[in-house]
Amino acid sequence: MMLARPWLPDALLRPPAVLLLPFADWLNAFSDYLQNDLQLTIFTRAIADVVQFILDVVNNFLLGGRKGLGLPAVPWLTVAALAGLLGYFLGGTRLALLSGGTFTYLALFGQWKLAMQTLALVFVSAPAAVLIGLLLGIAAQRKRWLEVSIAPLLNIAQSLPHFSYLLPVVIFFGVGHHAGAIATIIFATPPMIRMTLLGLKRIQPEIIEAGRTSGCSPRQRLWLVEVPSARQEIMVGINQVIMQCLAMVVIASFIGAPGLGYKLLLLLQSLRIGDAIEIGVSIVLIAIMLDRLTLAWAYRVPEYHGDERFLVRHKYLLGAIALAAVSIAIAALEPYFYFIPRREGLSTGFLWDPIVDWITLNLFDPLQVFRHFVALYILIPVRDLYQWAPFSAVMLLYTGLGWCIGGRTCALLIFSFLGFIALSGWWDRAMITAYMITVAVSVCIVLGLTLGIWASRSPSRAKRALLLCDTFQTFPSFIYLIPVIMLFQVNDLSAIAAVTIYAMIPAVRYTIEGLRNVPVPLQEAVTSAGANRLQRLVQLELPLALPHIMVGINQTVMFSLFMVVIAAFIGTQDLGQEMMRALSFNDLGKGLVLGFCVAFLGLTIDQLVSHWERRRKRELGLAE
Amino acid sequence: MLSKTIKTFTALVAMSALGATGAFAQESDDPIIIPTHNWNSQIVMSHVVGKLLERAGYNVEYTPTDSQAVYESVRLGDVTLELEVWEGAFGQSFNAALKKGGIVDVGDHNAVTREDWWYPAYMEELCPGLPDWQALNRCASQFATPETSPKGRFLAGPVDWLKHDQERVDALGMDFIVVNAGSASALWAELESASKRRAPIVLFNWTPNFIEAVYEGKFIEFPEYGKGCKDDPAWGPNKEETHDCGNPANGYLKKAAWDGMEAKWPGAYRILEKLSFTNPQIAKMAALVDVDELEPEEAADVWLDENEQVWKSWLQ
Repeated sequence: MMLARPWLPDALLRPPAVLLLPFADWLNAFSDYLQNDLQLTIFTRAIADVVQFILDVVNNFLLGGRKGLGLPAVPWLTVAALAGLLGYFLGGTRLALLSGGTFTYLALFGQWKLAMQTLALVFVSAPAAVLIGLLLGIAAQRKRWLEVSIAPLLNIAQSLPHFSYLLPVVIFFGVGHHAGAIATIIFATPPMIRMTLLGLKRIQPEIIEAGRTSGCSPRQRLWLVEVPSARQEIMVGINQVIMQCLAMVVIASFIGAPGLGYKLLLLLQSLRIGDAIEIGVSIVLIAIMLDRLTLAWAYRVPEYHGDERFLVRHKYLLGAIALAAVSIAIAALEPYFYFIPRREGLSTGFLWDPIVDWITLNLFDPLQVFRHFVALYILIPVRDLYQWAPFSAVMLLYTGLGWCIGGRTCALLIFSFLGFIALSGWWDRAMITAYMITVAVSVCIVLGLTLGIWASRSPSRAKRALLLCDTFQTFPSFIYLIPVIMLFQVNDLSAIAAVTIYAMIPAVRYTIEGLRNVPVPLQEAVTSAGANRLQRLVQLELPLALPHIMVGINQTVMFSLFMVVIAAFIGTQDLGQEMMRALSFNDLGKGLVLGFCVAFLGLTIDQLVSHWERRRKRELGLAE
Repeated sequence: MLSKTIKTFTALVAMSALGATGAFAQESDDPIIIPTHNWNSQIVMSHVVGKLLERAGYNVEYTPTDSQAVYESVRLGDVTLELEVWEGAFGQSFNAALKKGGIVDVGDHNAVTREDWWYPAYMEELCPGLPDWQALNRCASQFATPETSPKGRFLAGPVDWLKHDQERVDALGMDFIVVNAGSASALWAELESASKRRAPIVLFNWTPNFIEAVYEGKFIEFPEYGKGCKDDPAWGPNKEETHDCGNPANGYLKKAAWDGMEAKWPGAYRILEKLSFTNPQIAKMAALVDVDELEPEEAADVWLDENEQVWKSWLQ
């Protein structure tokens, strides 16, 4: 069909106008109906007030002030000391240093207030998301129809860009701290549902049987037998919720959440990159600290000390009380340990700015040649190809691929995903998005695999590389945008570069994990058969790790779709750009339709990759 | 009723002048919610006004909000007022909200706004004859990049700012291609990078803006804006096209409020009506943060200390 393009009727080149369906108008009409006829806003605003009140209480505890319970704030020294003790309790000295150190950093660098506003948001959103996710997960495990209907919704929800959640939240819940919290809850709940469901389904039937024979009521069986047995998965779910909450920190500030994210955008706006990087470091530290704390909690084996003396049994509790008392006393004597205002805080901002200056001054011209070459010989041709391809041919190609890899259902799903994009009238924009992520993902695969293979060659290198992955994943991606523009100017290359930096993380991570998990006996067998290291890598390790690496590439596609929307801040002409516009003009329907287009692009790839991966694993005998 | 309010109000001002922040039961205790956006002059101005309202006994809260979406929030009463309605950037959203109802026009600031093509000062050496637009057009090739070559590249603001740059380029027959940045940050990042290397750049800018305090530069002088330029083809140098002119050199900067504000906080509404800032005052607010690196709240305090004679009359 590509070859026959000149003879194809127009209707097969571009989706014909008569076929386009006004999805956006339907969604807007539906939203108006919910708002005006059903008066749903009365209900949602009541929820908003409750969330706001809880936020006020948490905020009050962390920062003081008139609202909430009207108590004075807890000194930073106390928070840091208690966090350190908690870290010690859960994971020993290293974790104690990490958690105590994080809070000390936040205080010394004068970011206490901002960080506490952000933490308040996490402390409210994360438990809410965990609770809702847990309950929905349990319900889905109980009721087959719920599980069946919730699965596709979860898929879509997890591939919708963050920005699509914002407008519905603004319309039904208003703007402000609470709106940021609600958007975060909505965004963070799906992984919790998924992990709860997974955990409950993995329980051995014998355990449930044992619960039944020991005379539990259904409710007791659920909370005393099943949920504790699924503990590991549930804990991983909680961990994912926390990471999702921190990923929303910057985006939530678009609808009124104060804190680190809002400050970060402001600093970028006035080009204070050094200060922005400091805020980024704070967000990374908070994320890594919460991540390690929850993981330590998840893998902690419960201890039972029924017969110890009171003092020994409650040593941590008593220690906490003592630490709190001492630190509050110190803070009362010396205000520096109570609160450090921004101006008295340390700053490394002056260090970063010369670095950024040096890069723009010295790297710009050498990169000019590279930039011209890439733009003229790679980007513009690929872009033209994507724009030139008849939509019918693209749909046919992917549906056919789906058929070959995953069979009829897979083909049908892909056909409807792409069909939606075609009928929504955003085909051309979607192809620009597709072109950008194709280029970015290709670069990610080449660089990510290379880095991953290199890092996986030694355990310590792998560990350091994974820590770097964690860091970059939680480092707010908005910060990359500015230096990238300074080097590449406002154009597609900048956007693609920014997407590549962010989307490479899963490619590296999964390659390392996949290669490190190749069974050692197999490796030894091949080595003793006389294979050298390169042969072993190419003929044993890579093929065995490939299914896992493909999961990573699938994630890379998802990451790049999220980031391509954020790259609209550089200036693009794709779906992301239109989504920003919809957000500016409060066009809920358009924003959601664009969100679905992005999600369906991702899900098309997801269908292909996950079917392929499952088949491949079966062939390799890695799964039943 | 009104005179009573004014009376209590004068009493209150007297009280706050004595340093007592007494309870003020006449008006609503609910907080007045002031939206803050992502540029510093607006944030400092919001805190200046917020602090004035606090001195008058009101509860004030700030909430970060998108500068276009805010008009919907004002309309619904989620935020109480908006201090910077720019004619060029937000006129359309504001008018749309006015039409839907729920928002009121509370008058103009003394300051005027201008939004147009702009270049950093060193460009005058590279391209003689600036700020004239025809001189700029003669140097178009200096601004070329691989994507736009042989034409020059004009870095415009985000598409949703609706500036009609492309129409202007067409109407005036200019050898430029319009490239839209995605955010104000993207504009500044390019300006920063270009001016460090003294590379040619012409981009969208506006005043009052902190950029004035950091980089010297000028607006391009296009054929002067006049009524009819944007919708009457016969107007201006090109008789067949519209948009053959620059943007107005003195656009309004308005204040807007939720239509329930006057009934709920009548005294605060009076203050909002009276207050008005000038271009230099706004530039100073921005510079306190962008140049002196104060926090917006601190900048507001500094500004209030230095300009007591300006705001004193607004509270009476």
